Amino acid sequence: MQAFRYLRPATVEEALGLLEEHGDRARLLAGGTDLVIELRNRWRTPEVVVDLKRIEELRPAIRVEGKRLVITAGTVMGDLEKHPIVLERFPALAEAAAVVGSVQIRNRATLAGNICNGSPAADTTPPLLVYGAEMVIASRTARRRMPIDEFVLGPGKVALGPAEMVTAIELPMDRRIAAAYTRMTRRHGTDLASITLCCGVDSTGTTRLAYGSVGPRAFLVVDESGVLADPKANREKKAPVLAALFAKASPSPTSMRAGPEYRVAMLPVLGARALATALERLGKTA
Amino acid sequence: MTETFHLELTVNGRPRSVDIVASHTLLDVLRDDIGLTGTKECCVVGECGACTVIVDGKPINSCLMLAAEADGADVLTVEGLAQEGRLDALQQAFLETGAAQCGFCIPGQLMAARALLERSPHPTAEEINEALAGNLCRCAGYEQIRAAVLAAAGEVRS
Repeated sequence: MQAFRYLRPATVEEALGLLEEHGDRARLLAGGTDLVIELRNRWRTPEVVVDLKRIEELRPAIRVEGKRLVITAGTVMGDLEKHPIVLERFPALAEAAAVVGSVQIRNRATLAGNICNGSPAADTTPPLLVYGAEMVIASRTARRRMPIDEFVLGPGKVALGPAEMVTAIELPMDRRIAAAYTRMTRRHGTDLASITLCCGVDSTGTTRLAYGSVGPRAFLVVDESGVLADPKANREKKAPVLAALFAKASPSPTSMRAGPEYRVAMLPVLGARALATALERLGKTA
Repeated sequence: MTETFHLELTVNGRPRSVDIVASHTLLDVLRDDIGLTGTKECCVVGECGACTVIVDGKPINSCLMLAAEADGADVLTVEGLAQEGRLDALQQAFLETGAAQCGFCIPGQLMAARALLERSPHPTAEEINEALAGNLCRCAGYEQIRAAVLAAAGEVRS
């Protein structure tokens, strides 16, 4: 690893000051499960590494503020997968967090880091898209919020400036969406996904579907026809509506994880499964 | 340019105070600065689990944690399992079950299993599979490893 200075701000303000001072020469360290690999391989060579884990304002990791669930930038996957409110209200996010890496990885990897790295295969992006999450972004001069759908741009790219940091990811609690997460991998256990998919339905009949690992970023699509959420509509009626939602998929022809034909063929299969689970969950909350 | 960091932590119950290179991982420091070579370096990308240690009660990959991040932490490595020259229950079970073949992954397996038994003293086979999913065994001794964890937990092998 190339030498760097390790800095440990105690407040968000201090962290933002360091980012302003060092610009692109600084890199934020949250869980480190991606960053430490990038540092070791010299894919990134920052002069300053700014560790966020000692910032008191980022604790407690998960909290309710008004009608929002606030998941701070220090929240690790292991916290999410077990948190009672996440399990009750946002089970698809708990399901996605629970399949990231191994227990060891989930004890370090953060939700904010997963999103900010911009991997098209990030497990937690689809549920955050379906639940309508917002990124809370701070710089020395401003605070802003941005829907995650606008924040995620493409492989390794997110809408975050060099002097900005994500302090939290927030989920609206005044809107009930029953959702389920599923993924396709080559094997059970630790693996990167060939498809990530989350489906959510609400009581108005709107279906929200997000899928990743089959294009440059995860996509959110919405069906307002009511057909997918209609418990009386049969499979034949739902199939063409579901298929149309996957039009954006363009899986890489060179990926070693799965061929493009296989991924495209499996999308509606996973979509139908997640939809069925989401509808079942909607029935239980009604 | 070598940026240094003064690190204070507890390793296997013993306070340690070391000046380290800021870019070194906890794995580097445990092995090279503190001299505890039971923790193994293998894939260095967090996939194999050979470097697993327990930090503040949680199993982590020490190859993916900067040592500086462990400042003030309580670290347990495989060297901290045996007490007064006696193997602990897990180590004894691994020995009796023949869970170790080449042995390289065993320190990591033991630490992941130890963390599991701390949070779930009577795990199911399914829980063991999940808890050890991040620990690869090149000799494929998985059946024996799972049996050893079950035995250590006082469960009968199903």
